[in-house]
Formats: sequence, C-alpha cells, structure tokens
Amino acid sequence: MENILQQALKKAEEAEVFAFTDEAVPVEFESNRLKSIQSKQSTVIALRIFKKGRVGYGLTTQPEEIEKLIDMAVETAEFGTHAKFELPQPQQYTPVKTYDPDIEKVTIEEMVGLGQSMIDAVIDYNPEIMCDAGVSRHSGHITILNSRGLEAHYRNSLFNLGLGGNLVRGTDMLFVGDGQSSARPILNARNIIQNVLQQLDWASEQAPVESKKMPVVFTPHGVESALIAPLASALNGKMVLEKASPLIDKIGHQVFNPALCLTDDASIDYQAGSAPFDDEGTATRITPLIENGVIKNFYYDLHTAAMAGTQSTGNGNRSGGSLPSPGINALTIQPGAASLKEMIADINEGLLVEHLMGAEQGNILGGEFSGNVLLGYKIENGTIKGRVKNTMVYGNVYSLLYNHLAAIGNDSRWVGGSLKTPSIYCSEIAVSSK
Amino acid sequence: MPRIEEIAQELNTLIKSVNNIDYIEARLEAGQSCRLSYRGRSLETAAESSGAGGCIRVLNKGGWGFASFNRFDTLKSALERACDGARLAGKGRSQLAEIEPVITRAQPPKHNPLLINLRDKKALLDSYNETMWETANLSTSFIGYGDSFKKSYFINTEGSFIEQSRSDITLRLTAVAGKNGNVEQSGISLGSTGDFDQIKGLENEVRQIANKAVALLEAPRAKGGEYTIILDPILSGVFTHEAFGHLSEADFVYENARLRELMTLGKVFGPAELNIVDNGTIPNLRGTFAYDDEGVKSEKTYLIKDGELVGRLHSRETAAIMGEKPTGNARAMNYRNQPIVRMSNTYIEPGKASFEDMLSDIKEGIYVKNWYGGTTSMEMFTFSGGEAYMIRNGKLAELLKPVVLTGNVFTTLANIDAIGNDLEMNQGGGCGKNGQAPLPVSNGSPHIRIQKCLIGGS
Repeated sequence: MENILQQALKKAEEAEVFAFTDEAVPVEFESNRLKSIQSKQSTVIALRIFKKGRVGYGLTTQPEEIEKLIDMAVETAEFGTHAKFELPQPQQYTPVKTYDPDIEKVTIEEMVGLGQSMIDAVIDYNPEIMCDAGVSRHSGHITILNSRGLEAHYRNSLFNLGLGGNLVRGTDMLFVGDGQSSARPILNARNIIQNVLQQLDWASEQAPVESKKMPVVFTPHGVESALIAPLASALNGKMVLEKASPLIDKIGHQVFNPALCLTDDASIDYQAGSAPFDDEGTATRITPLIENGVIKNFYYDLHTAAMAGTQSTGNGNRSGGSLPSPGINALTIQPGAASLKEMIADINEGLLVEHLMGAEQGNILGGEFSGNVLLGYKIENGTIKGRVKNTMVYGNVYSLLYNHLAAIGNDSRWVGGSLKTPSIYCSEIAVSSK
Repeated sequence: MPRIEEIAQELNTLIKSVNNIDYIEARLEAGQSCRLSYRGRSLETAAESSGAGGCIRVLNKGGWGFASFNRFDTLKSALERACDGARLAGKGRSQLAEIEPVITRAQPPKHNPLLINLRDKKALLDSYNETMWETANLSTSFIGYGDSFKKSYFINTEGSFIEQSRSDITLRLTAVAGKNGNVEQSGISLGSTGDFDQIKGLENEVRQIANKAVALLEAPRAKGGEYTIILDPILSGVFTHEAFGHLSEADFVYENARLRELMTLGKVFGPAELNIVDNGTIPNLRGTFAYDDEGVKSEKTYLIKDGELVGRLHSRETAAIMGEKPTGNARAMNYRNQPIVRMSNTYIEPGKASFEDMLSDIKEGIYVKNWYGGTTSMEMFTFSGGEAYMIRNGKLAELLKPVVLTGNVFTTLANIDAIGNDLEMNQGGGCGKNGQAPLPVSNGSPHIRIQKCLIGGS
C-alpha cells in the first residue's frame, strides 16, 4: 500500500490509496431447507490521484498490478474533474466499536442451526409456508493512506440474519419477512421470528379497501420502503448543490412537522453503518439533518463540500470502491410517545403499511412516493381486519410529514442495517384500490 | 492481467483430483471497465478498473458449497472450503440435468470498447451534455456511461472447458427540471454489445428529454384509478420482463408444490395472439451469450405460445428436479456469485394491430411511454412510466406527470386485448435478483393495450 502511494506520487501531485478486504460466510436456506454454504474472499484497492489539478481514478482487485493501477489513474486524470478540495490531514478519530472478534468464532454449524430455528418456528405456525432464510458473517479491514500523511485503518465485522416466507393460495401470494444485522454475533432469532409471526397473524384474513384518502400508519419497515428515499436524496449535499433538491435554501426553515427529528450517526457501537472515519478518511460525526422539523444540515463528502463552500460531514461513501460521493452512514428518526397499539386504536378506517413495493420508482426528487402495498393491513374501528391487496398508496413527504403527521411511535428499531425508525402515523394519504 | 487461462488449467487438474464429491465446476474471469459520469454541466467521474477473480462451486448430495476469491495463490484452500460447504449442506440426492461436455473457445465479440480512446468517449458525452443544456430551465442533468470487456473460463468435472468473452456498453441520460419546489425528470437508457457507434447520433433524443423534463413541470397528474392503457414497446418490454419473465424462472417454483400447480404448463394466461419468448441467441443484444454459467448452450425458449404457458427458464438443477429440459438460463453477475436462473432477451412477439387501431376505440385512457424501473413480487408488479398522455375519444391528449402502474400479473395478462405489429428491443435494461445486479438483459415488445389497469395517483 505504502509502495503504491510512493509510486503514484512520482506521477501525481497528490495521491490516496483506499483498500478493503472482506471475508464472508453466507449460509442459505431455500424452500425450507439448507441449500448452500459459501465462503467469499474479496480484495479491492482504489487509487485516487490529483494530477495537474485534476482527479484520476483507478481500481483493481489484484495487489500486484500496481503499474496498471497507476496507469488507469493517470489516464483518467487527463479528463477528471478539477480537484477543488484537499485530502484530509492526519486527525483524531472518536473510537467506535465496529469489530467483534467473537464473530469469527461462530461455527458454520451454529449458523445452520440459527437458520433452521427460524424456518422451524414459521413452519410450526403454518406448515404450508415456504421459507428462505440467510445467516451470514463478514469480517473485513479498511485502510486509507494519503499523501498528506494520513494513515488510518479499522476492522469491521457484520452478522446478518434474514427470513422470508411465502404462502400461496391459488393465485394469491403472501410475502412476509424480516432481518437483523449487527457487528456482533446475533445468536438467537427470537425478534425476527416474533415479527414474522405477527405479520402472518395480521395477514391471515383479507380485507377490502376503498379508493379514497385515509389515515395510514407506516411500520418501521413501511417507513423504510416509502419515506426514506425522498428524504435521503433531498438532504444529500450533492442534490442541493445541483439545485435538484427541493430543500435548497431551506436550512433553518420549518419544512416538516416539529415532531420530526432525523440524524445521521456513525458513532453507535456495533451498528452496521458505524465507522470512526468515512471512506475518504474524514472523521465521522453525529449530524442533525432535521431538528424539530427544521432543516439543520445536509450531508457531504470532500468534493461536494468544497464545491458548496462547506466542510465534509464525514459522509464520503464508496460503494464497492467507486469514487466517493455523499452517502448516509446510519439514519435515526427520533421516537415519539405513541405506541403502535394506540395509533391503530385511533383509526376508524385506514391502513397499516409494512412494505410498499416500487415506491422509489416515483419522482423521489420531488418528495413523492407511490407504490403497491406488498404487505399491509386494513384498520377498521381501531383493530386490524386483515391484509389488503391490489392497493396503491401515493403521497408526498413534504405535505405528509408537515400537515398530515399525526404521531410518531415509541417503537424504534433498526431496519435494513442503516436506519433506526419508529412507526409513523399520517392522518391522510391517497389510497387507490380495485 | 493475471493469466487466468493458466489458472483455469491448474484448477482443471485440481478439481478432477477430488474424490467422493458429486460434481465440481469453476469459473475464472478477468476484465476491465471504464466509467464516465456527468452531473450538471460538468464531468464528475472518470474512472477505470481492472479485476480478476474466480469461484468454485461444488454439489454433493443435493447441497451446494461455493467459494469465491480474488487471490489465486490459495486455490487449494478455496476448493476445500467449497467441498466442506457442500458436504455439510448436502443431505439428499444431487440432481443435475444431463448435458454434453463442451470444449470450445467461443467467438470473441466484434467490438471491444476498451480499444476506444477515452478522449473519444468523452467528446461524444460532452456533445450530448451541451445539447441537453441548450434547453433553458434545467436544474441539473445526469449522464452515466459505462463499458466493459471481460474474458471468462468455465470448467467442470464432466470435462467442459469453455472460453468466452463479452463486451458491454450502457448509457443513461437524465434531464432534471425544477420550479417552486416541484422537481421533474426525464431520461433514456440504451446499450450495446460493445459497439460504440450504436450510442452515437442521439442529439434529437437528448433534446427531447430535456424539453420533456421542463414540460412535465406544468403537466397535470393522472387521477388514480382503473384505466384502459396502451404501453409503448419500451415499457411493455419492462412489463414482460418484470411481471411475467420472473414468474417463468423455475428456481421460484421448483420446490414449491403450490407454485408448481399455479404455473402448470398448458394453463391459459392470455389472449390467443400472445406469445412471449426468452431468446439468448439473438446477435448483438445485451442479453445474448453462447454458454451460460453452467456451461449450457443458450436457447430460444417459448414461455407463452398462443396464450398458453408452454415453457420456463431453467438451470441444470431446476430442470432435473422438474423433469424438464435445461434452457441455458443459469447466469451469475460475476465470479463473486453463484449462477441462478435469469432471463436473457425477453419479448412479446409482434401481433397485427397498428398503434392507431389501438387508440381509435378508447374513450378515456392513458398512453404510457418509457420507464423509470419496475419491480415484482411474482403475483403483484409495479412499474413506472417515464412519460404519459391522456387518451380521449381515440386521440392522444395532454401530457401527464409520470405514472406508476400496478396490478396482478395473471389478471393483467388476461386483460391484454391488442398486440401491435411494431416489435422493438430495448438495450438499456439491467436486471436485479437476489442481490445480483445489474445483469445485462434486453427486453422488447410491440405496443400493447391492457384493459382495467390500476394507476396510482391522488
């Protein structure tokens, strides 16, 4: 690595080497039985250079191909974007726990046992359900070196549990599922099993729904599938810089209901999105994005921040080793006081939405979501009546989370590894059904 | 580039030395790719990458073990891990449809985009970006260009040794317009099997998407509800892929008795003029390949013929378990993934109706063109059009904001009541399944008309 940096500096003014290795062991169950046991080793080395004031970028999976890597960076630097930022100096990082050595002690037999326990619990509830399940463990190593003297690294680990079930009756198909992840081993699947059985229970009957405006409660999974994409893209510093975000010029403005607080936080021990520094070596921090409904900050990487005349918020993100761009570390929506039960009890006629399919296909930049209720339930007179079908929900987060935000739940949980959210109760959403 | 052919030879000896295992295969890949992207008026990313890796997949007593790697100095331990995994997972009987071992070097692609100078790629994109920004009132724009060339080897314990290469180009252009907090976008996606000339000469299309994004700001929104709709070839192709194609992938049904019953061959799914095909053998389409990632030759497979379900897409395992013939549809995104059942080029065959015929007897309906994306949960699908128009009294009327369509695939297929005579293939698609995305595929269709389709809206 040091060698790559030195070699690159013979041809460029500045250089940065970013490398990660990952070893993963996924165990997969298909149709109620153990299907495959895998072992995946991967290495990525990325080189970013500044040459004649322009950014060049190369990536390889082969550590011995240093010359090729440098050639690619030099070739692209001829056309690359102007380097308007400085690579970070060595800096102090707040320690955060991202690695648990116990993860490597979990045996494959234990992982098989965990997967089997999830499937057994669902089949025990209803033997006609077909389940897929996955149990995986990862451990990796991230390193950044740059020509400003920065030399930083950390180890990370991740343990994932996932369970999905489908129940077919004629041409009717019901899909249920849940997942959990942590940097520490998750040695029992109790929470996932409980959530999936609850979904099956609520979906055991079907209930008709009319096309009209009605109150809707989004469960944490529902919030993730419907509301997060429009918020995350509007708060992305890059979208703001490009004037594509409706939140441009809205810092300090009351855009959402005062009950809404949204924070990006990479400092929570053993959480999937946590890290001491981002993929450019900038220290991560707790960034309030929305506080009491007021827009507080946007999130930035180095390049975007420099273009916008501000500082990186430690959100330089490289998926798969690509050039950094602003990305969420881990979002947290502050819980409210209402229990899910109370919110449901408050509704005469409405929906509880667990999974909105295809919501991100709408005009996300405009704040819209529109999707099919893949898993959701009809609420009548304060109780769950059954699963709804052939139903679409359409809304815009700007009107919904301002004028129509009725309550925020006290039932916060992690969904999808990088979002912690409670249920959210909206008083009026357009529902189409047939 | 590592000498993966030598590594393939070495592995070929190694896998044949293992005893007491039902089946072993290995894949080795080496490739390069290039990416250029623009945001707004300027180039944002110019990046190149080079990579190589491999994987070993083992079947024993019905259980699979799999090991993937970037390091080539630990092949033996990767083989051991894959064998251990298979031994631990396998508790039943291995079933693989029989195929003839193949020893071949497939014809390399005609075009290699890596041989085109980066300067020439950038010049073309620069000109499109200038064209885009001739339109006033854009707030931003995105251009994403990617190309790649990849060489791969497939070997197995049955004696196959296959060398193949593929070239790929994708281009997506998006214009974004904004006004008073309202933001709209319009875009096109296209691609080719490495032929750079195919993405030249798009100035008119680029101008159109820029103008469209601005026009959408003032367009009204469709009222949610049921409509008679006409889909253009692009969106209908997405519908065919998402709503029906995924349902034809045998890995979804082969171990689920109820789904097998639902998808019994011979069932009527649509009108008599409906024919749906998956065909991995058509030259110059992005979903085309000579051999799949299990070493099975690609084929033309009828999925629906004369409205009746007549076939499905298979891997060797799903074909054996269902007692059907393998179709050469086991594909892996790359060496980091196991092959799973995937589509290649999927399309509705042309019918007889002209676009005007379809329009003429619609009193009130919606014409939906282009696409943002689509997804499916087998029974239910949603997919979104990039552009929509009201149809009133047999004529196209006002532009609408983009619409999201949703429905049940079985009723929707049955509700197709006209199939156009104007088949077009779209090359801009990438398919995602089980975390493997975007796999190069192409979709196509003529214009089709569907009764009673649900449109989301206020």
